[in-house]
Amino acid sequence: MAELRLAGRPASPGFAEGAVVRLVEQKSTRVSSGDPQREADDLKQAIKNALSSISDLADRAEGEAAEMLGFQVAMLEDDALAEAAFESIAQGVAADHAWREALDAEIETYRAADDEYFRARSADLEDIRDTVLDHLSGSHVAFSVPPGAIIAARDLAPSRFLSVDWSKGGAILLSEGSPTSHVAMLARARRVPMIVGLGEIPECASSIIIVDGALGQAVVSPRDDTRAEFLSRQTADEEMAIKAAAHEHQPAATKDGMAISVMINIAGVEDLARLDPKICDGIGLVRTEFLFGEGPHLPNEETQYRAYRRMLEWAEMRPVTIRTLDAGGDKPIAGLTIDGESNPFLGVRGVRLSLQRLDVFRIQIRALLRAAPHGYLKVMVPMITVPSELDAVRALFGEEYEALKANGLNVKMPLLGMMVEVPAAALAISEFNADFFSIGSNDLTQYTTAAGRDIGAVASLADVRHSAVLKLIEIVAKHGQTSGLDVSLCGDAGGDADVIPLLLKVGIRSVSAAPSLVGRAKLAISNFSFDKAGGA
Amino acid sequence: MNAPHMSSPAPVTGSALLTNAVGLHARPSVKLTQLAKSFSSAVSVSTDAAGPWIDAKSPVKIMRVKAPKGTTLYFEASGDDAHEAVAALVALVERRFDEVEGDDHG
Repeated sequence: MAELRLAGRPASPGFAEGAVVRLVEQKSTRVSSGDPQREADDLKQAIKNALSSISDLADRAEGEAAEMLGFQVAMLEDDALAEAAFESIAQGVAADHAWREALDAEIETYRAADDEYFRARSADLEDIRDTVLDHLSGSHVAFSVPPGAIIAARDLAPSRFLSVDWSKGGAILLSEGSPTSHVAMLARARRVPMIVGLGEIPECASSIIIVDGALGQAVVSPRDDTRAEFLSRQTADEEMAIKAAAHEHQPAATKDGMAISVMINIAGVEDLARLDPKICDGIGLVRTEFLFGEGPHLPNEETQYRAYRRMLEWAEMRPVTIRTLDAGGDKPIAGLTIDGESNPFLGVRGVRLSLQRLDVFRIQIRALLRAAPHGYLKVMVPMITVPSELDAVRALFGEEYEALKANGLNVKMPLLGMMVEVPAAALAISEFNADFFSIGSNDLTQYTTAAGRDIGAVASLADVRHSAVLKLIEIVAKHGQTSGLDVSLCGDAGGDADVIPLLLKVGIRSVSAAPSLVGRAKLAISNFSFDKAGGA
Repeated sequence: MNAPHMSSPAPVTGSALLTNAVGLHARPSVKLTQLAKSFSSAVSVSTDAAGPWIDAKSPVKIMRVKAPKGTTLYFEASGDDAHEAVAALVALVERRFDEVEGDDHG
């Protein structure tokens, strides 16, 4: 099998390598007695048994696990949970169907919630549903996963996580799921690498898979060189983790005293939950696609406004750079992006899509304008290729600003900048009327080298260290210095200790990386000296 | 012998603003219902002074509300310890459910 790369959302950092164990949801095989009284009794007994099994787990659990199971116990003890099921049973519905329907209806209200915290609780309700169903069917088979296995599933119930032996390693890959789920919290506490939102995970039963939780990347059947690179990253990771922790709270500066700004990349408010804003100089990239990709519908103005405002409040007047919707390419969104493009990366993505879907774009613009008074907001537009695209976006911001202000709303015009990820934009950088520039090194690299990072066979060509890519970065950095406009870099390269010295040499003074990489980015900067580099 | 029957007094009411980061979430909901259950009075909660009122002793019903941060919670209690119940619930919300801010949510 050829190497296959999967990219998702990091939920718990760490490395793992092993065989994949796929969990398939099982259908109940229970036969109904046909007697409503017996069906009701069976359900009562199953709930009672489920309660005692969860209570047993809770007694042995500690900390977060104990609290999470405590929540399940409180829900199961509450008669309101099964009320609808018992009503259906009285109407002649079989116990398992009645319970499943009642819980599915309950779960649906959680899935449809605007707030990701509540959406993530649907996994706990599913856990409760399945535990009771297992007891009802009487085939409460022990759930067994060999130690050290890498679990692939749609989602994973917390109680199942707790029944796995993680002492031999292992990892979790979910095609859906959320970094705020209880199972993600448990994984972080146990240091089990976990990636969510991977989409369809292909059949790879007998294959080896390598997992980098912090980057949200997994590679099925890795080639030798991919695996070697992975292993060296893992070794370096372990050595560096200790040193980096010491650097996290210090301002970043090179050995010869040049101050460098280090910011973080996030995908949502929940990524900030356990983060101290003091470790960074602001947020260099907010990927708003995830806000759009998870709910049952496109997020409304209010939902977006609340999310943006919380980020700004978290940052305490440090800059927060929010990227407008960058859908398309490898980030399809149902009902928004165009299906069946022959080459989505060269198609209607980023600002190209936003300017076609003004109905959706204007909602985001309004939410941003309303959030802006609550902190230091910078808005950047992805995939800008020609100056007129940015001009069109600026005009839209102006229109919506006036309209909101006329309605008496508290609004503020944010700085409006552009992503530099199309080589044509980098080469013509002085033609753009932008307030700042942010280099998206991942896309800039793949567009410059004509090699997709998601295609294993050519991934090694897509190297940011290619002199052509570095030259483009240098052009943008120089333009920033002569024009006085801020230039930052927010791709994976910004957190890569091996690449950071090269970026500093071509004039980059601000990088943005995954929060887990801030310490090591600062460490790499502190080890660098312009004197020794002989340049810049 | 019949105890002198008085017309039932007006319910005791109170309100508090949800200020903890995650709103009326799993852990706060469980704390709130456990506290409500420690009183003999009937205790209801609502996100609107006019109702609809829901049983403050039912975690399932409280989680259905999905109240985010910034919501005002209204309490209403009737019974012998109604005053104590409302005071205790308001205090719990005002103490942010004793959550440590910046803690992992749950």
